[in-house]
Amino acid sequence: MKLLLGDEAVGQAAIDSGIASVNGYPGTPSTEIFEYIEAAAKKDPGLRIHAEWAANEKVAYEQALGASYVGQRSLVTMKHVGLNVAADPFVNSALVGAKGGIVLCVADDPSMHSSQNEQDSRYYAQFAKLPCFEPATQQDCYDFTRLAFELSERLSLPVVVRMVTRLAHSRAPVSISDPAMRNPLSPAEDRNHWALLPALSRKLYDELLMKQALLEKESEGDVNPLVMNPAFPSSATCGKVGVIVSGIAYNYFREVFPKDAPSHLKVGLYPAPLQKVKALLEACDTVCILEEGYPFLEQTLQGQLQGHFAPQFKGRLTGHLPMSGELSPDLVARSFASLGLCDPLPAIDEADDVKAALRPRPPKLCPGCPHVDTYRMIKALRESVQPLPVFGDIGCYTLGFYPPHQGIDACLCMGASISMAKGASDAGQRPVLAVIGDSTFGHSGLTGLLTAARENTPMTVMILDNSTTAMTGAQKSLETGDPLMQSILGLGVDPEHVKIVCPLPQHHEANVEILKAEVAYEGLSVVISRRACVKLRK
Amino acid sequence: MRCDVILAGVGGQGVLSMAYAIDHAAMARGYFIKQSELHGMSQRGGAVSTHLRLSDAPIESDLICKGSADFVIAMEPMEALRYTAFLKPKGLIVTSAAPVKNIDDYPLEAVMAALKARSAHIVDADALAKEAGSQKSANLVLLGAAIRYLPFDAGDFEAPIASLFAHKGSEAVALNLKAFHLGVEGTLR
Repeated sequence: MKLLLGDEAVGQAAIDSGIASVNGYPGTPSTEIFEYIEAAAKKDPGLRIHAEWAANEKVAYEQALGASYVGQRSLVTMKHVGLNVAADPFVNSALVGAKGGIVLCVADDPSMHSSQNEQDSRYYAQFAKLPCFEPATQQDCYDFTRLAFELSERLSLPVVVRMVTRLAHSRAPVSISDPAMRNPLSPAEDRNHWALLPALSRKLYDELLMKQALLEKESEGDVNPLVMNPAFPSSATCGKVGVIVSGIAYNYFREVFPKDAPSHLKVGLYPAPLQKVKALLEACDTVCILEEGYPFLEQTLQGQLQGHFAPQFKGRLTGHLPMSGELSPDLVARSFASLGLCDPLPAIDEADDVKAALRPRPPKLCPGCPHVDTYRMIKALRESVQPLPVFGDIGCYTLGFYPPHQGIDACLCMGASISMAKGASDAGQRPVLAVIGDSTFGHSGLTGLLTAARENTPMTVMILDNSTTAMTGAQKSLETGDPLMQSILGLGVDPEHVKIVCPLPQHHEANVEILKAEVAYEGLSVVISRRACVKLRK
Repeated sequence: MRCDVILAGVGGQGVLSMAYAIDHAAMARGYFIKQSELHGMSQRGGAVSTHLRLSDAPIESDLICKGSADFVIAMEPMEALRYTAFLKPKGLIVTSAAPVKNIDDYPLEAVMAALKARSAHIVDADALAKEAGSQKSANLVLLGAAIRYLPFDAGDFEAPIASLFAHKGSEAVALNLKAFHLGVEGTLR
């Protein structure tokens, strides 16, 4: 038994599945999957696992497809919004299929603990018509990832494993099974399977549609257990109650009903098993749906069952559970108490003296952080240059939105700072400023800057080069130091208007003057604010 | 036996190290265990908490229900208060006395009064940590002070603490073990 985070259990399973590479871009709550494998690969070079962070999730996913093409297994890791970036290769990969097993572990962040939204990756799997595992426990994380590699090669399809924050970052003992043999290197021989030209794609899409029946059959197996308990007491208001439950919500459900539980279907593999769902519905008057994220099962099943049944679902769509935010054992207990199926929880109100003593303690930029000095520069600049819209980006420096910094006015997604600033400039706003970190620039800033460079768009881009991907725990950045400078010049930015400043108090006045001059310039300028993250000094 | 604990503090105070030590002590004892934590933005000087559940029977939920925790063990007094809604009626708060004032207008008197009203066990972990040789080991002092309430003996923690600090060398191991034992003895004094 090993004590593992859900993330680490996925990583261990990938190692034991004989992967040749792990591919990903850091993003909470997925980062530890990659880091676990990276550490194991460093410790034991005999594993022969390539473990280097990619520039972004699209690159990572495509690398994994390349490994699959030559018959090798590989894992791809990312957070939910990363899958937006990788959506193009992901959706198309359903058509080319897989030679070596390819598993995408994507970690959703319901309640947005460290994310800009709480999108639900199960829709992506459904959209691409690919199977999707959803573990409930750390042991599931291990077992399902092993199964996912096996299924990927058996059906020649990429397979998704969907995690959520609370499982990704929860630890429990996990039992490990025997490692699989590494696949031999053997490039794909069927060229028609790997080139998505329209004439070929039509055939491959038909193949993918044919495979759906196999997925449905897979889903009716033991991975989605149906437990019938006709003896369980009925609800006075809702009659016989059944439960469809997936992912970590299953643990909350069993917390409420540790021994004697209502009839239930645990969904660990999508598409959901329709025959089992129908069997449950036939035996019940009401079916509660417990799922983390969007009402995916609730919506999908409503559509699929139309005409057969008129199920009385109770879930997020019906207001039985909240539409947004993660579930908790309390929420689940309350939902069953409202049906009279368990004792109501005592109402816990925060005492007045506690309320009066509490203050929020949001995350902050660290003492000595270079971004603090950069935002001081921007603040000083904005005192003399008004208005000056500042488009921000994703990283520690996003915290610069808050007082006392108030150095950025917008933040959307990776790389948007540069493109949004360009759009504002194109629309006539002058001056405009974009603020982006070095790693984020490598992820999604290059293409925006290329576009601006070709037009010499009047705007200033500040690249906050702290030489690392700090927000997620200091992973390697691909666009820092000299390579960053070479990229900027290579994209065609006028060298006269590429400046480097060092964000330290003693340089503050001089730095502000440089910024002022570049912001006043009627063309594209880049100011690199360069000082290493304080966390790297340790 | 079932023991549900909320461990809390501010990013950088070593809350997750405390969890690591308890987790591994629990593994060695053969307890069932689940421990849920939040990474990411909470590391940046923000509030950090972890739900730690120990039992001699299988554990289902990774999260503790409100009103059902046996203990809140906190490295910081306001963070201790933040989770009082999770405590069961006879639950106990064990907290370090030293506030982390990285917020404006820290209401120290109100915090301490609310803790005392709940008969919290308040430990001067910083002073004992200094005595051990480094204020950074305050988390080990607090752990030492808390274990009298938990289903462990002090000896259960020797190995986990040694493995936690092994990469920093034998002096770091000795210092943190000393801090831990000062915490244990401080409670008994």
